[in-house]
Amino acid sequence: MACNGAGGCQSGCYKDEETTCDQPTTAPSETDSKSSSNLCIKCKLNDVVSGYGGIDDGRFCADCFRSNLFGKFRLAVTSNAMISPTDKVLVAFSGGPSSRVALQFVHDLQERAHKNFEASRDRSLPVFGVGVVFIDESSVLSIPSHEMEEAVEVINLIVSSLAPPRKELHFVPIETVYSSDSSDGKERLIELMNVVSDPTGREDMLLSLRMVALQKVASEFGYNRIVLGSCISRIASHVISATVKGQGYSLPADIQYVDARWEIPVVLPLRDCFAQEINMYCRLDSLKTIKLSTCPSSSINSLVSSFVTLLQEENPSRESTIVRTAGKLIPFHFNRIPEIIDGNVPLATRRRQKRYNLKSNESVSSESFCPLCNSPLDKSEIVDWSNHNNCRSSDTFYTSCCSSCQFQILPSDSTSMEKFYTDLPHSMVARANKVNNDKLNALREQIQDCLLSDGEDET
Amino acid sequence: MEGKRSVRMCCLCNERRASLSRPKTLEQICRECFYLAFEDEIHQIIVSNRLFIRGDRVAIGASGGKDSTVLAYVLSKLNRIHDYGLHLFLLSVDEGITGYRDDSLETVHRNQIQYGLPLKVVSYKDLYGWTMDEIVKLIGLKNNCTFCGVFRRQALDRGAAFLKADKLVTGHNADDIAETVLLNILRGDIARLSRCSSIITAEDGPIPRCKPFKYTYEKEIVMYAYFKKFDYFSTECIYSPNAYRGFAREFIKDLERIRPRAILDVIKSGENFRISTTTKMPEQGTCERCGYISSQKWCKACVLLDGLNRGLPKLGIGRSRVAIGCKEENESHGGKSIESKQCGSLDF
Repeated sequence: MACNGAGGCQSGCYKDEETTCDQPTTAPSETDSKSSSNLCIKCKLNDVVSGYGGIDDGRFCADCFRSNLFGKFRLAVTSNAMISPTDKVLVAFSGGPSSRVALQFVHDLQERAHKNFEASRDRSLPVFGVGVVFIDESSVLSIPSHEMEEAVEVINLIVSSLAPPRKELHFVPIETVYSSDSSDGKERLIELMNVVSDPTGREDMLLSLRMVALQKVASEFGYNRIVLGSCISRIASHVISATVKGQGYSLPADIQYVDARWEIPVVLPLRDCFAQEINMYCRLDSLKTIKLSTCPSSSINSLVSSFVTLLQEENPSRESTIVRTAGKLIPFHFNRIPEIIDGNVPLATRRRQKRYNLKSNESVSSESFCPLCNSPLDKSEIVDWSNHNNCRSSDTFYTSCCSSCQFQILPSDSTSMEKFYTDLPHSMVARANKVNNDKLNALREQIQDCLLSDGEDET
Repeated sequence: MEGKRSVRMCCLCNERRASLSRPKTLEQICRECFYLAFEDEIHQIIVSNRLFIRGDRVAIGASGGKDSTVLAYVLSKLNRIHDYGLHLFLLSVDEGITGYRDDSLETVHRNQIQYGLPLKVVSYKDLYGWTMDEIVKLIGLKNNCTFCGVFRRQALDRGAAFLKADKLVTGHNADDIAETVLLNILRGDIARLSRCSSIITAEDGPIPRCKPFKYTYEKEIVMYAYFKKFDYFSTECIYSPNAYRGFAREFIKDLERIRPRAILDVIKSGENFRISTTTKMPEQGTCERCGYISSQKWCKACVLLDGLNRGLPKLGIGRSRVAIGCKEENESHGGKSIESKQCGSLDF
């Protein structure tokens, strides 16, 4: 039976997990009638805005809608201690509506802090810095060059309009992941991607490279936080696509507010906002967005995306139910901002962070990560290295990756694998080696006192 | 493989002509090798998961459809060849759906003769006093699957108890379980999500249930039944077109086209989900009315039945503000109506 609002939902759901199927079938869907228009449920003064879909459609007036959306953003930022006054925040900007709104809200927050700073007498609380980065993937995605030029112009305009305070804008081609290794980054990148035949694998490989690029820019320019505009809708799609790729173990790592696996922690302040709301916000405030034309995709990711859209249309609470369900899976210890030990950071900030950090009853366990996608490996994927002494480093790399990457990205024959391995950016290779060395070092520490100084040869 | 003849040979035995491409592995093999591979994989699942012990009385949930027909055949064959020492029975549920269940039951009766397995049929009419036809007439085509599913679960347990069975096996295949995992994510049923990907469920209930086909693709079951020319009933339930599961099924079919192994990957994800211990989970107790296992005061079947008998078809569907089965509600209606019938007389 179709589980929609009117009919009541499937018995057997437990009360606190039931979808909000009891939503009143929106009577205020007569959006065009001016005389019998509905008043905002919050301020009860102005007319509602509607027609954008989602569970709050037709409930708020434009102003209350805006403040409601910004409120969700701000709550996410404060409860997870995402941004402290001494931080330098890098906003990953793709030009799409979500990252546009993320940039806007971060700017609003910064502007407010700046005003307070100017107004305060002792100027004790500094204002966090904001930078913007756009990753140019045209070498891989075959985007027409005129489109890219237009996009660059638009982005420049957007960022310059969001001042004061001024924001640094970085345009970075994706082949920057190779820039410290060699000068032929672009060729190596294209060769690397060509080895990957599975369309889903290609998309996911590109995502991994994108994150490597973001991390590189952030650490090069001294940022200590990366902001992604991922909203509920994107996260709901990710939940389903990760499930479908067999990544049930690592799934919780990618869907929390904070992801501190990386050198520069990644935060998701729009995690509670719907794509429909975000689109509406852009419409209301005439925020300019960019959509670059790419080839139609036959990947699992796009199948899942259309599936979730279909479900959301059928029931506007579906995306939030999916994310809420996945939210009941145990997150990892790195899904919170690492505790600040720096004495320069205001005490209030440190206290707040301590209070809001995700409480985990589970002890901190050490995870192993896939060197390619950086997802935590489940028990069956963790390798017993005692059996792999004399392998080629490319085969060692293959074995240390998660089963999903092994299937959809890595080539199965040794020769192609070797080629792939040599084309990898150095940072990914280093990640794999670092993991193995760390393990060895950890073991060594335990027995250090029993080791004799000569005669040991570790290769 | 490049002979002078352009005919491909089976890549496993290289003796016979390849006549099919195996959905699971895409190997091009002959029929005999397919049968062997199919049966042997089931055998390995049974052994490595320790589904049975010698002497077990095992009831096979038989609907007359392809899954249960193949299950009955393969299980009795493996029981013979590998000497599991099991006593096998066919257990069928008659929901009272004209034009669907009455036809499929005939198939089961034929299976009883073909496979030489004793058969027991339990009917909703006998157990609950209602057929699905009557129920649908009362409540329409929404939520009817809820009634049928809840009633069937108890019906199978009662039938298995009658047969003094130690275990119940059902023909749920990989596609079914993958759909269920997705469905539970979509509907926020975290309690079911934690259980649904196990190969043995309800171990703390009246009868443990096993799903030997957990890792078997539906397509392979169809292929097996097709080549072996099994007699099975292949119509969809006439009341099912609105089922929410339809969304998940469509999606799984589309997924299989892009990446067949994704079905098994969904199951793997289901097995690897770690549920937070702070999540509130239902506690298991017993139904006050009939003694069946239940996490609420009354088991779902009693709640639904009560609703039917009182002409309140929505009772037990969706959220309710009134506690079901509480004293005030019962007394206000002054005793039971003639039609109301307790869930059953068997003790649990």
